[in-house]
Amino acid sequence: MKVSLNWLKDYIQIQMELKDLINLLTMAGLEVEGVQSIGGGLEKVVVAEIGSIRKHPNADRLSLVEVKTDQETLSIVCGATNIREGQRVPLALVGARLPNGVEIKRSKIRGIPSEGMLCSEIELGLGQDASGIMILPPQVALGADLGEVMGLKDTILDLSITPNRPDCLCVIGIAREIAALTHQKIKYPAPTLSDRGEEIHQKTSVTILDQDLCPRYVARMIEGVTIGPSPRWMSDRLEKVGIRSINNVVDVTNYVMMEYGQPLHAFDFELLEEGRIVVRRAREGEAFVTLDGVKRTLDKEMLMICDGVKPVAIAGVMGGLNSEIKENTQKVLLESAYFNPESNRRTSKKLGLETEAAYRFGRGIDYGGCLAAANRAAQLIQELAKGRVVEGVVDAYPGTIAPHPIRLSVKKIHQILGTEVSGKQVRQYLEGLELDVREEDEDILVVTPTSFRGDLERDIDLIEEVARLDGYENIPMTLPKGPPSAEERGKEFYIERKVIDVLIDHGYHEAITYSFTSPASCDLLGLPQDDPRRRSLRILNPLTEDLSIMRTTLIPGLLETARYNVSRKNSNLKLFELKKVFIPQEGKNLPQEPKSLVGLAMGFDRDPHWAFSPRQVDFFDIKGCVEDLFDALQIRGMKFSKAEAISYLHPGKASKVILGEDVLGVLGEVHPQVLSRYDIHGNVYLFEMDFTKMVAYSGKAKRFQLLPKFPAVYRDLSVVVDHALESERIIEAIWAFQPPFVEEVNLFDLYDGPPIPKGKKGMSYRIRYQANDRTLTDEEVNHFHEKIVSKLKEAFPLQLRQ
Amino acid sequence: MKERGSLFVLDELERLQNEIAVSISQAATEKELSEIRVKVLGKKGTLTQLLKRLGTLPEKDRKEIGKKANQVKESTEARIEEALFLLSERERKEALEREKIDVTLPGRRIPVGKRHPLTQTLDQIIDIFSRLGFEVVEGPEVELDYYNFEALNIPKGHPAREMQATFFISEDVVLRTHTSPVQVRTMEKKQPPVRVICPGAVYRCDSDPTHSPMFHQVEGLLVDKGITFADLKGVLTVFVHQMFGKETKLRFRPSFFPFTEPSAEIDIECFICNGKGCGVCSQTGWLEILGSGMVDPAVYKFVNYDPEEVTGFAFGMGIERIAMLKYGIHDIRLFFTNDLRFLKQF
Repeated sequence: MKVSLNWLKDYIQIQMELKDLINLLTMAGLEVEGVQSIGGGLEKVVVAEIGSIRKHPNADRLSLVEVKTDQETLSIVCGATNIREGQRVPLALVGARLPNGVEIKRSKIRGIPSEGMLCSEIELGLGQDASGIMILPPQVALGADLGEVMGLKDTILDLSITPNRPDCLCVIGIAREIAALTHQKIKYPAPTLSDRGEEIHQKTSVTILDQDLCPRYVARMIEGVTIGPSPRWMSDRLEKVGIRSINNVVDVTNYVMMEYGQPLHAFDFELLEEGRIVVRRAREGEAFVTLDGVKRTLDKEMLMICDGVKPVAIAGVMGGLNSEIKENTQKVLLESAYFNPESNRRTSKKLGLETEAAYRFGRGIDYGGCLAAANRAAQLIQELAKGRVVEGVVDAYPGTIAPHPIRLSVKKIHQILGTEVSGKQVRQYLEGLELDVREEDEDILVVTPTSFRGDLERDIDLIEEVARLDGYENIPMTLPKGPPSAEERGKEFYIERKVIDVLIDHGYHEAITYSFTSPASCDLLGLPQDDPRRRSLRILNPLTEDLSIMRTTLIPGLLETARYNVSRKNSNLKLFELKKVFIPQEGKNLPQEPKSLVGLAMGFDRDPHWAFSPRQVDFFDIKGCVEDLFDALQIRGMKFSKAEAISYLHPGKASKVILGEDVLGVLGEVHPQVLSRYDIHGNVYLFEMDFTKMVAYSGKAKRFQLLPKFPAVYRDLSVVVDHALESERIIEAIWAFQPPFVEEVNLFDLYDGPPIPKGKKGMSYRIRYQANDRTLTDEEVNHFHEKIVSKLKEAFPLQLRQ
Repeated sequence: MKERGSLFVLDELERLQNEIAVSISQAATEKELSEIRVKVLGKKGTLTQLLKRLGTLPEKDRKEIGKKANQVKESTEARIEEALFLLSERERKEALEREKIDVTLPGRRIPVGKRHPLTQTLDQIIDIFSRLGFEVVEGPEVELDYYNFEALNIPKGHPAREMQATFFISEDVVLRTHTSPVQVRTMEKKQPPVRVICPGAVYRCDSDPTHSPMFHQVEGLLVDKGITFADLKGVLTVFVHQMFGKETKLRFRPSFFPFTEPSAEIDIECFICNGKGCGVCSQTGWLEILGSGMVDPAVYKFVNYDPEEVTGFAFGMGIERIAMLKYGIHDIRLFFTNDLRFLKQF
């Protein structure tokens, strides 16, 4: 909320520096988000005193005037006749730019130099008088800035008001806070109008049909008004806080809203049929045209202000076009009411009408202040629009609202804040807020809040006030005495960190993509119609259609990220994401949110380097990464089997990762068709793992294995087999023989060029033999090795190579 | 008086010794040196030849001449040894010179990946709170309205709901707008003392350079007997000092959250302008980094804790905001486009 410092000073003294005021407010919870200095448009216009006045030698109607400021004496050519020696007048110095656009320059008038200009009211935009130079009171200081002298200089503070403090949505509210913080009493405006009189009751009436939504409705009437522009002080003040000046009556309602926080509405009384007000809920589907000319459709939960026949305003939100103040309005009915905040918020939200009035009603205004605000406004209208306030007030207040007293224990303040504040001090703080405080005993204070502090309902609310006024900075710092958490850190957390370590070591960068994605992403992956990943949660109010469903797989996000990077020439990519996917559960409100792990690799394994030849990444890069992941998690015995029917993977370059019967994930080259849908060129490889299963299968802490005492013996075995035979089959077969002393079998060479016949391939395995009680002799090892060779020959159509 | 023959031999030895010295000093290779050795000391070498004549000399002179001859022999050997040594020294030096490399060539680096800057920031936060005895717990991102709002003292229609533009899955199910629901879920499951932090993704319908529809928060909760606002100040001051440096100035500023009271926003002094006011801190000299407060008694009612028995505090911070401040990142959306040139920087 914007607040003018000059306006604040109407109610309270502010003697501190601006930066101290900003700090005071901010540290009391009224955060100052911005500060704006307003010069009043009169820079370089200062107060000067007239010295000698002589005739201009070359012009009869002009005079040469000598003026002095606090700094210098200047010679000015002037045409006015109302000035006398010793008077104080506004002087526009060279370089000043007046509100009418005139820029003051050093000049010669009829051959005589003039070093500035003496100004009239109209030239300064301060009034309508053009008859002569503006004469200032003799006590104004020489050289003083005119803007300051005239009160045009101002500072506008932009305050961020939290939802619990609607009372601070007005100038008086802010002034009250400053009063409490600086131990002052606030000077409230004191309208001289009387509330008494029967006259108004003969002219109009207020009937509240829905008291639950309108506990109070105050009305006053002003007759014989002349609608016209507001005086400058009024329109200035409104404009400075961001409200456009409309006419004197409407401006008064806005002015008093900004002053008291009470939104007001002015009706043209003569447009109210039957001359009365009825407050009731709207009829379902009823149509109504608001002030802005828009036709609104109402529902039966919306509260309406009606005349004897029809609606004339949406209560607390916006008035109607049918009863607004016009140029010819003569009688005004002024509304100052309290509406139910919740209902008001609903109505304003449903209609998409966020007005200043609705903002305040929606947060709760001061139900005790309706009358004062009505009186203040009626008086201002009478002053500014030359009307006459009709005697008496209609105050329909069917169920009087009263604040509940709160019992506050001084000891408890200490228990919550960890700092000692004496009962006396507490009392002072709360009374500074205009709260009624009664001492019940040494410890208990009974505090009755005022009507403008609806946020104070419980002792904790008062404790906060004490903390705020005492100053958070005065609360000491301690460390909690209790024990640290005894919970065991989840296994998942550790495994996640371990997995990330392995991926980082493999050169993968971590990506984080949005959890929402496009419904089209399943089509892009070519997922079959019955694929469970097509069942996803839909967001009712997405930002865009592209971000409208919760992802069921991380793959589209990473492919999208790859596309983004490739189009920026980052085409050597290794990325992974380890985050949640969202799987709807039949018959349950909330989805399952398992974590998934996807890695993606494409391009070269490294940038060009003098010492390396970069290599295109392929299937075995991602497979190696997956193998290392399982190794790090102590998951043993998983198998890679070919997978031909994964829609987004190349049917010849895809594999499942299987442990027993369970599929832990898939990996492979992305199907070229999918890549073309994503407009990515080049080969892309990816793996997708079920992270939950990885956690479940991950092994216990490693056990140390004794180091072998005796050296190992190695034997190589080279075979030529059918090209289609999978390399792992040979290894499996060797293990299946349960060969003695074999500790390890590795494929170390693969070859399929000449002299190997077409359709065949050569594979070489290295076998490690080791005994733990002796060094194996060559003869022994040869013997076992020969046995393996002959068994392999029986099991496979293969030839041995030397 | 010596024999003429003896005198001749002595002269010869003298001449030979000088001649050897000169030729050794001129020898440039090991081969030349061994040639000298053969030429002088070999079977047919000059010194050997000379010695053969020893027997022909008078007995009385033999001893002296023999001694001289031996001296020549020894000095020759010593000189050759020395020359060989110097020669190998030189060769070694030359060899080292030849093996010189260009140390300015780039090294063979292993292309490792990087953690996302958000993960790095989060890990640092977790590390600090772990040392303060907090445990890490997680909760669902698709959340019941009850946990996200109701049980946090934000009933339907409460103006505080407008502070958080919410994505809805259904009337009762939302994408959580903050990590605070994990507080409630934790308290439902566990009796005090509770010391947890809850990191994770949260969602709000906003998108501009400083707002992302998805971002991350860390929530913290400590509930125990006798916990005060002073404890809140102590714990969060330790956090700020460990996260941003011991010299960092901070302030606790009154604020409002429906689920805490009293509430405090924590600002640190702007480290761009040192508190003088600049574009980053909107001229205030301070940067807002944390929201916090004493858990509102209304929240305890939802989880059946007795507010007369226990008290506690909660806090929350945006990980993106902290990372943006720490690294000087101006646009929050950079975190989610995952441009490799961005990811590699951290």
